[in-house]
This record gives sequence, C-alpha cells and structure tokens, in this order.
Amino acid sequence: MDNSAKASKKHAQNIPDDLFTPVNKNGDNEAEFMRPSVGFWQDAWFRLMKNKVAVLGLILIVIMIIMAIIGPWLTPYDYREGVLSNQNQPPSTTHWFGTDELGRDMFTRVWYGARVSLFIGFAAAFIEFFIGVSYGGLSGYKGGRVDNIMMRFVDVLYGLPYLLVVILLMVVMDPGVFTIIVALSLTGWIGMARIVRGQVLQLKSNEYVLASKVLGGSTSRIVRKHLLPNSMGPIIVSMTLTVPGAIFAEAFLSFLGLGVQAPIASWGTMANDALGVLNTGYWWRLVFPAVMISLTMFAFNVFGDGLRDALDPKMRR
Amino acid sequence: MGVFILKRFVAMIITLLIIITLTFFLMHAAPGDPFDFDAEGGISAQARENLMIHYGLDQPTHIQYFNYIKNLATLDFGPSMVSRSRTVDSMIANGFPASLVLGFTTLIFSVISGIILGVIAALRHNRMVDYVTMIIAVLGISIPNFILAMIFIKYIGLQFDFFPVARWGTWRHVILPALALSSGPIAIIARLTRSNMLEVLNQDYIRTAKAKGISPTRIVMKHALRNALLPVVTIMGALTASVLTGSFVIERIFAVPGVGRYFVESISNRDYPMIMATTVVYSAILVFMMFIVDLVYGIIDPRIKLHKKEG
Amino acid sequence: MKEKQNEPILDVSDLHVSFQTRNGEVQAVRGVNFSLNKGETLAIVGESGCGKSVTAQSIMRLIPEPPGKIKQGSISLKGKELTTYTEKQMRNVRGSEIGMIFQDPMTSLNPVLTIGEQISESLLKNPNLTKSDVTEKVTEILRLVGIANPSERLKQYPHQFSGGMRQRIMIAMALVNEPDVLIADEPTTALDVTIQAQIIDLFKDIQKRTGIAIILITHDLGLVAQIADRINVMYAGRVIESGLVKDIFYNPKHPYTKGLLKSVPRLDDDRNQPLIPIHGTPPDLLSPPKGCPFARRCDYAMDVCIQYDPESTQVTKQHSVRCWLQDERAKKITFPSDGPKITLL
Repeated sequence: MDNSAKASKKHAQNIPDDLFTPVNKNGDNEAEFMRPSVGFWQDAWFRLMKNKVAVLGLILIVIMIIMAIIGPWLTPYDYREGVLSNQNQPPSTTHWFGTDELGRDMFTRVWYGARVSLFIGFAAAFIEFFIGVSYGGLSGYKGGRVDNIMMRFVDVLYGLPYLLVVILLMVVMDPGVFTIIVALSLTGWIGMARIVRGQVLQLKSNEYVLASKVLGGSTSRIVRKHLLPNSMGPIIVSMTLTVPGAIFAEAFLSFLGLGVQAPIASWGTMANDALGVLNTGYWWRLVFPAVMISLTMFAFNVFGDGLRDALDPKMRR
Repeated sequence: MGVFILKRFVAMIITLLIIITLTFFLMHAAPGDPFDFDAEGGISAQARENLMIHYGLDQPTHIQYFNYIKNLATLDFGPSMVSRSRTVDSMIANGFPASLVLGFTTLIFSVISGIILGVIAALRHNRMVDYVTMIIAVLGISIPNFILAMIFIKYIGLQFDFFPVARWGTWRHVILPALALSSGPIAIIARLTRSNMLEVLNQDYIRTAKAKGISPTRIVMKHALRNALLPVVTIMGALTASVLTGSFVIERIFAVPGVGRYFVESISNRDYPMIMATTVVYSAILVFMMFIVDLVYGIIDPRIKLHKKEG
Repeated sequence: MKEKQNEPILDVSDLHVSFQTRNGEVQAVRGVNFSLNKGETLAIVGESGCGKSVTAQSIMRLIPEPPGKIKQGSISLKGKELTTYTEKQMRNVRGSEIGMIFQDPMTSLNPVLTIGEQISESLLKNPNLTKSDVTEKVTEILRLVGIANPSERLKQYPHQFSGGMRQRIMIAMALVNEPDVLIADEPTTALDVTIQAQIIDLFKDIQKRTGIAIILITHDLGLVAQIADRINVMYAGRVIESGLVKDIFYNPKHPYTKGLLKSVPRLDDDRNQPLIPIHGTPPDLLSPPKGCPFARRCDYAMDVCIQYDPESTQVTKQHSVRCWLQDERAKKITFPSDGPKITLL
C-alpha cells in the first residue's frame, strides 16, 4: 500500500474547489523541450573553447608564429654574424638569450630558427595533405579493385619505420631545408591518405543513400552542409598533429648530422650544438632551444587533441 | 592457428625484403662513391679501380643486389668501407649487447610504468592524480627524448656522481639513458591504458560484476585489466620502432657503446655497407617484434583464438 | 490468481534520487514508495526515463555517488536499512541477498572470461566451499536455468552462446547464491519474442522452486500480464498507480495507465485503425513541474492538476493512485469503457 496516502489527506482539503475545472489545451506542449539546434562548427568551437589546455596551446602557437616573424627584427644583430670575443656570454641586457660559441646572438638565432623549424613543420604538413588527399581521395573514389591495390600498397609502406626511411633518404640527398621537407613528406603522407580514403568512402555511401531518396541538386547541398564538415574534422586534426612530428624529426635529423646546414639555424641544430658544452655553465645554450622545441610540440599536441575532441561528432551535446 | 602463424611469417619476410631492397637501391643512388672520403687529395684512378673491383662495386647494380641478398642469408654483411680492418658483422656484434640492454630495459620499464600510471589515472578519474598523470604524459610526448637526455646529463648526471654519464658497464649507467628513452613510450602507453580503462569501466559487464558484489580490486585486476590491455599489445610494434630509432641519438648523447652509435658514425662517414647493415638488422628486429605481437594478440584474445580453431 | 502472503521482504519509502549534471540537478526519482512481499512478483512499468531503472539500481546502491545521490528515503531489506550501509556491507548484500540482471546479455558478460569463471566468482564469498563444491554448484545452477551439457559448457566463452542462453547464464549468475530477491531490469527487451516467452517461463519455474521474490522492470505490458502479481506504474520519477494485476488491467484509474493500455495493439484489431500513442513527451526532470507531471499530456487535466501535486488515494486495499480525478470534487468524467487489451492467464 502507498505509504504517503494517509499523510496527504488533510492537505487536500485546503485546495479551493474552483480549481476542479478542465484545462484549455491548445497543443503547445511539443515545442517546449526542443533545444535550439547549433551548427556543427559553432558547437565544435564552443567545445574547443571550453578546453582550457587546448586554448593555451592555440595561444602559444599564435605567439610562436608572431615571434617567428618579428623576432629576428627585434634585435640589431644578424643570425649569422658573431663577434668571437663575445662568445658564450650569458643572457644580459644586450643579448637577451646570451651568445653562442661563435659570439652570435642567441635571441636572433632562436627566432630565426623558429622560422625554419615552423616552416618545415607547416610545409611538410601541407605537402603530406596534398599527396595524401590525392592518393586517398582517388583510391576511395574509385573503389573496387583499384582501391584494394592502392591500399595494399599503402599497408606495406605503413609497416616501414618512418624515421629510418627518412634517415636513409637524407643520407642520399644533400641535407637542407627543402630536402628535409621532401623526405618528411615522402614518408608521412600515408597516414593522411588512409584518413582521406576512409572519409571519401563514408561520403560515397552517404551520397548514394541520399541520392536514392532525394532527387536532383539537393544532394550536393546536403553533402556540402552536413557531410563535408563532418569529414574535414579528422583531416584537420591529422594536419595539426603532423607539425610537431615534423619538428621532432627535424631536430632528430640534426642530431645525426643530417639537419639543416650552417649557417642556417634551426632549433635542432642549436640543440645539437649545445651537446658539446653540456658540462659547462653555459645553460642558455641548451635551455632556449630545448624549451622552444618542447613548448611548440606541446602546444600543437594539446591543440590537436582538443581539436580532435571538439570535432568528434559523438560528443555533441 | 597454424595457418595464422604461417601467414604472419610470410608477411614478415616480405616486409623485410622490401626494406632491404629499398635500402640497397637508395644507398646506391647516393651521389659519389665511398672513396671520395679517403685520403686527402683523393686517390689515384688505378687505386680506385682496384678498390671498386675488390668490393665488387664494378658489377652492374642488380648483380650487386643479388650478391648482397645471397650474402645476407649467411649473415655476411660485408666489410666496412671505412674501417678497413673490421667487418660490419663484427662491429654490429660488438655493439649489440649494450643496445640490447638499453632497449630491453627501456621497453620493460615503459610498459610496466605506463600501464600502472594509466590504471591509476583511470581509477582516480577527474581527480588530481588523473590531471597530473595526464600532464606528465603530454610532456612525455612533447619533450623529445634527446632533449630530455641532455637535460638529464646537465642537471642530474653532472651534478650527482651516482649517475655516470660516460662509458658503460654498471647498472647505474643504464638509468639515465633508459629513463630518457622511456619518456615517449611511457606517455603513450599511459594515455592509451587510461582511455581504454575508462571505456572498459563503463561497459555493461563491469556493471554486472558490481551487481554480483565483487570487490573493486578484483574487478580491476580480473575483469577490466585484461580487456583494457589488449589494445596496448597492438601498439608494441610501433613502440619498438620508436625506441629503436630513438636509441640512435640517445646512445650518441650518452656515449653508449651500442649499435646505434656505430650507426650514427657510419652516417657521418657515409659508410654505406655499415648503414645498410644496421638498417637491415634494425628492420629485422622490428619486423620480428611485430610478428610476435600479432601472435601474442592472437593468443590472449579468446575471440580470435577460438575463431581460428573453429576456423 | 495466486494470493500471496503479505510478508514484506523489501520496503522502499519516500525514495528521492538525484543526479548532479553540469546543467543542474536532475531529479530522477521523486518520492517512490512500495513494498515487495516474499515470493511475489512486482512489476514496475513505465516509459524510458520514468525512473524505474534508477529505482532498481538504487536498491542495490549501484548508482555512482557522484553524480548520483540518494537524497532521502529508506530502503529496508528484511528489516535492515540499506541506505546506511557502507560500500563493503553492500558488497555482501549484492549477489548474495539481492541478485540483479540487466537488459543486454550480449554486453553484460565479460568476453574474456569463461562463463564458469564468471558464475563461480559470486561463490568466492563463501570461504568454506572447496573447488569441487564450487564446480558442482555451478553445474547445478546451469542445469536449473536450462543450459544443456553444463559441465562442458562452463568452460566456454560468452560469444559461443546465443542471446537467450546468455540471459540464462546471467540469471544463473544472479541466483547462484540463493538470494531472496531478484531484480530483473528489462530482461527480455533485447531478445526475440519466442526467447522472451522461454525466459518468462524460466522465471516462473524458478520462483515456484525457490520462492524468490522478483522485481520485474519493463515497458512491455504483455510480459507483465503473464507473470506479475502486482504492478507499479511509474511516471516522471514517481509511482502514479499501484495495484494487483487485475486492478490495473481491468480497472485502471490513472489516465496515463489507461493510455498505456490503450496504446498496446491487439492481434484482432482492425488493421486500418491508427495506433493510439500517448501524445507529448515526459517532463524535463531538471525542473520538474509544480503540479502533476502528467498534466500537460493528460486529456482530463484540470486547473488543480497544473498547480498542485496530486496525493495518493486508496481505491481498494491493494490499489492506490495519485490523481486529482479521485477527488470527489472532480467532475464525474467517465472513461471510455473498454476492457484491458491483454487477457490474463
């Protein structure tokens, strides 16, 4: 028996009699609980902004890019020229980041190196994008046997250790900014190709389903407004996450002597140069390039992660 | 099950052959020949020709290729072009023990620490421990291991005698290099384990276990862990690859007398046979690891094992 | 119809359960009262989101404490107040005194452990049992739930069984410790119709043999008719009508209950007649309405319904309902006089 029945009897008496009349209904119930629907990109933007760490990453990236552009102009020094008598000076008011063993100003070199490292990173990401999109797009679009063969090829290449192949390529080519970009792109496009192919296949199946139901030109509109935004997501995330990999690879190559050649400075070569003076008190030689590389990779990694979470359709409110 | 093993084995051999072929033709595509580095002022044309014949470099490329493969089958990597007195195999054999110790220690340490960190973070989801662990993980992925290595040397190794930074020999020599090399793998494993654990803990069968009154320890150890760790096994192949390539630079920085160090030297010297040999050896190890991973995965996931049996 | 002795084994009183979400507090259960008698089958019926699963899981204290919380109320099992129990004490209750099975047998079993291991796990709490005792008990319970060749099959993995068999295994797991109460949360929803019938027969069989009390949670009225003794109809976190099976089916008083009964199609209905759903959607439990939660969807709503929460009225000794239409002042609106759609066995 319902326990609350006894207690409530008394309360009922206090209710005025005239309330016992039927209510006028005018069918307004349904609309209430519909939440306003938010566009895909807006929703993703909201989610991204909520992710504090990802926002931090984005801010860092922007700062890095700005400093890379204006940094070398902030000092009167040139990244190539050094006054030998000034070698290995600690940071001071004249040399904000100190000097290296050839007396060159570290601050200028660090931001010049930023240009080089970031350029390599972005260039590699874009070229991989183009190769990957072409290959993967073609494979997915054609489908069938062509797709099978192309993907088999990719699977085999996928098994090769990426850095190893890059090293071999660099041994063969003359190390330099452009050859590094080429080597990285030639090995890194595979991931992008797979993603693009997957997206194209999805698009295709959606389009056919739509086409069978809807007539005429409206299919392309649906593709543009709904499907394309959804499929761009993983592609953008992949590009963002390629950059730190490229920066890492460039630094790695520098440590093998396969990096950019003097006098061009990159963060990798500067870190490598610091190897010889580890047992000295010249901490600025190591710390500045190390921090730059780490910060940049950190920034792109967390931003890329945040982007991935924000664009994940499964997590929409 | 036998068919499964066989298919994997064949795939392994094919990948290896492709790598070897690629390396071979790449090396031979390099401009110049190994003798440009020799004595100052170059060597006489006759001497060069003799050397070419001696090393079989006068043969057409595809003949050289077949000879090479033939030799490989007997583990003959040929002589080093730079170090006249030694063969490549002896150099690799010399360096092998140190690299093995470093690599092995790194892998074991990474896997165990990574899993423990990941599990703890998942169990204390959204609390301080979780955030701290995940930040450490992100740092581990973002700070390149060679940068970490240099920082270790400068601020730990050179400060405290306990951690020797030169030469090799005692277990203490292994700590810093292994730690540096582990930073990436630990981070990756921790993140993966954590997200897998979180997903598994949300599964219906965990709810069933709780409804049976099973203790939380047993739920984690017996029910959750096995399911969460399966995906970790699959990345072991890629992880080994990164440890392998990472070891080149780490060995160089810490002056560990391993194969990696020889590899780096041979790159500077353009010692092609050495480069090729080390590439082949590394690739073989890698491909073999992936093969083992496939096997292990097939064994521990009962769904695959039984599927093969019923076939 | 069986008359069960009215010996309450489980008493739920004024239960309130809420969830803290980032949008605010969702009041999933808002004052639920009921008793479960020894050996009887109580069905809790309602649409998705009405709070029936949350009620069931709260009895087992399976609701994760953040974000959920039992805000007030009492849950008394054989006189013991479960809301005061520590987690450790609850672990002794779960699986031993109360067993629970869930909706989807496909995902509710651990794929990497054999079913023998999963069933014998519950027996771990008895340190006195030897290994052979355990195996014997497991084999026996498997036989009880209708799994052929139990001694061989207990070495197999869940994916080697069909859906219906997996649900039987779940039942075996829940019953192996001989609990007094079995809570079945939508046990047949994920199964084929023919298998559903088998599972219900299994419940009846087990109840006959062991005298266990069953709480059956479902939205399927057909199921209810076959096995339940009493029915609680829940809506928006409350029990809005409660009674014996015959009361609910032949003499429903609450408009929602009537709507539910009317919406179930019959085999002999005219095919051309449209189905009669209940229009509208349940209220948002983030900010539940002040008055009767069903008022907005109710064809018989009065002004009082919107402003005041209806109180509980006893129609008969066993039949109670929360609706203002029970008040004498309500105009005598007669409900359309059709009988229940489902015949009782």
